[in-house]
Amino acid sequence: MSFFFEVLVAGLLSGVMYALVALGFVLIFKASGVFNFAQGAMVFFAAATYAGLQQEHHLAAWIALPLALAAMVVLGLAIERVVLRPLVNQPQITLFMATIGLAFFIEGMSQMFWGSTPRGLSVGVEDQPFQWLSDRYNVNVSQFDVFAAVISGILVVLLALFFQRTRIGRALRAVADDHQAALSVGIPLQYIWAIVWAVAGFVALVAGLLWGARNGVGFSLTFTALKALPVLILGGFESIPGAIVGGLIIGASEKIAEVYLGPHVGGGIEGWFAYVIALAFLLVRPEGLFGERHIDRV
Amino acid sequence: MSRALSSPNVAPAQAAARPALAVNNVEVIYDHVILVLKGVSLEVAEGGIVALLGANGAGKTTTLKAISNLLGAERGEVTKGSIEFRGERVDRLTPNDLVRRGVCQVMEGRHCFAHLTVEENLLTGAFTRRDSRADIAGSLEKVYHYFPRLKQRRASQAGYTSGGEQQMTAIGRALMARPSMILLDEPSMGLAPQIVDEIFGIVGDLNGRERVSFLLAEQNTMVALRYAQYGYILENGRVVMDGAASELADNEDVKEFYLGLSTAGRRSFRDVKHYRRRKRWLA
Ligand SMILES: Nc1ncnc2c1ncn2[C@@H]1O[C@H](COP(=O)(O)OP(=O)(O)O)[C@@H](O)[C@H]1O
Ligand SMILES: [Mg+2]
Repeated sequence: MSFFFEVLVAGLLSGVMYALVALGFVLIFKASGVFNFAQGAMVFFAAATYAGLQQEHHLAAWIALPLALAAMVVLGLAIERVVLRPLVNQPQITLFMATIGLAFFIEGMSQMFWGSTPRGLSVGVEDQPFQWLSDRYNVNVSQFDVFAAVISGILVVLLALFFQRTRIGRALRAVADDHQAALSVGIPLQYIWAIVWAVAGFVALVAGLLWGARNGVGFSLTFTALKALPVLILGGFESIPGAIVGGLIIGASEKIAEVYLGPHVGGGIEGWFAYVIALAFLLVRPEGLFGERHIDRV
Repeated sequence: MSRALSSPNVAPAQAAARPALAVNNVEVIYDHVILVLKGVSLEVAEGGIVALLGANGAGKTTTLKAISNLLGAERGEVTKGSIEFRGERVDRLTPNDLVRRGVCQVMEGRHCFAHLTVEENLLTGAFTRRDSRADIAGSLEKVYHYFPRLKQRRASQAGYTSGGEQQMTAIGRALMARPSMILLDEPSMGLAPQIVDEIFGIVGDLNGRERVSFLLAEQNTMVALRYAQYGYILENGRVVMDGAASELADNEDVKEFYLGLSTAGRRSFRDVKHYRRRKRWLA
């Protein structure tokens, strides 16, 4: 039983990190209807920049962190200004293709700046079990996982408050609902989009640091970020609570499947099991757990 | 052409009577090729209610959007003419600038933010304001005073309220910007007659007590002329008739054509002898 508990907790904790990446997608999708395929590349770029600044330029964490943050905010703003703003009013598929192109560009750029050899990254908390938990209850829970979950959790709560309680957050939801009406009351769309992309850059940085510290900073971070896809399918593309719950479900079920189902089918199912859950779910509830239903009443 | 109009050396008497909003010979083209407005001119006096009438497709919405600069999002463009608000050219401003100057549009079909609550909808209207929370709360109370129904529904998602409540929300939302002029597009559309009366009654109140001017696009000619002081009739992208509301309401051709008070089949104003175009000389 304590083993099951261990697996479940580990799954839930990694689920919080999935939720964090998913949030980056949700933010942009909500405000501009763009599925930002480049979100994964942004996560990679953020982690590579932070690790590169520390290791190549020997900067202390407290200098590297704000610099990496600045880089991500500038990147977000630049994407909005240079790529998406000129494409406004174009069909969604065009915007989607643009973000695919962007993904490769950002990946190339981060390899140009920081090289292509994978690096380690430390945030000062090790992937060690809490000693007292192991001693007293014989349960192993990783300190790093808890740390990452707490950071992600705080960020998620802050974002939710930002969306729900602030003037800009409200404007952002208004833009998500109806561009024209938002314009008609004087909400400048471009200003809102710029904010959203900057925030998405920030979210990508936090996700990049946490995932980078867990799995190392390498090209594969991009694919880790795409784990957010099943989370989004489960939670709905426009819902913050959906991203959180979706992340928890995916995280927990993939770990449990890996441990209990994996041995019977030869193992290694953690990589794709999430997509199976998502697909099955898609058939039952295409709008996601918390997806916003379209309100058609006049 | 239009420069003559805005020249500073107008006689003092004229300057005093200068309208709040002046649309001069505006031409609008959609998608670079579709000519929709063919030289529309109209004026709204400070504190007035002006009706912009005409059948479906006449160009009422296009006229309002040309004024509020919302055409861009529809791939439309003002290609000729000028629009002045309080003596200043406003046809190259962003909608945001225009709202700050006090002109706010309530779009046809209400366009409430469906997933926001009624109160959140109202608050989005205050986006451009830089004054204190207390002032904004004060405005909110004022909107609730004019629309008591909205106060009851404040916590409901706007998408689940009735058509009348959505229209009230849309007007209330515009009021939150503290506009001096509201461009109101077909408020009666799809609403039961008694709700229409209720809403127009409130529009009249807002005009009388808050001194908000209205440019009111309507297909519901009868109701619009009851509340407006002046009216323009638009057909096929041109103003084909204008006059005091009472005159228009009594005009035989208006009655026949727009109020359906005649047994004759629907004809175009082109066939009617009173047809004239105003400000032709400007073109
Ligand atoms: N976005 C658009 N693109 C092309 N044509 C348009 C567009 N919007 C309106 N039109 C055309 O312009 C004409 C006037 O439309 P509109 O201003 O909506 O009229 P009204 O509000 O009086 O019903 C119509 O013939 C309509 O088909
Ligand atoms: Mg219309």
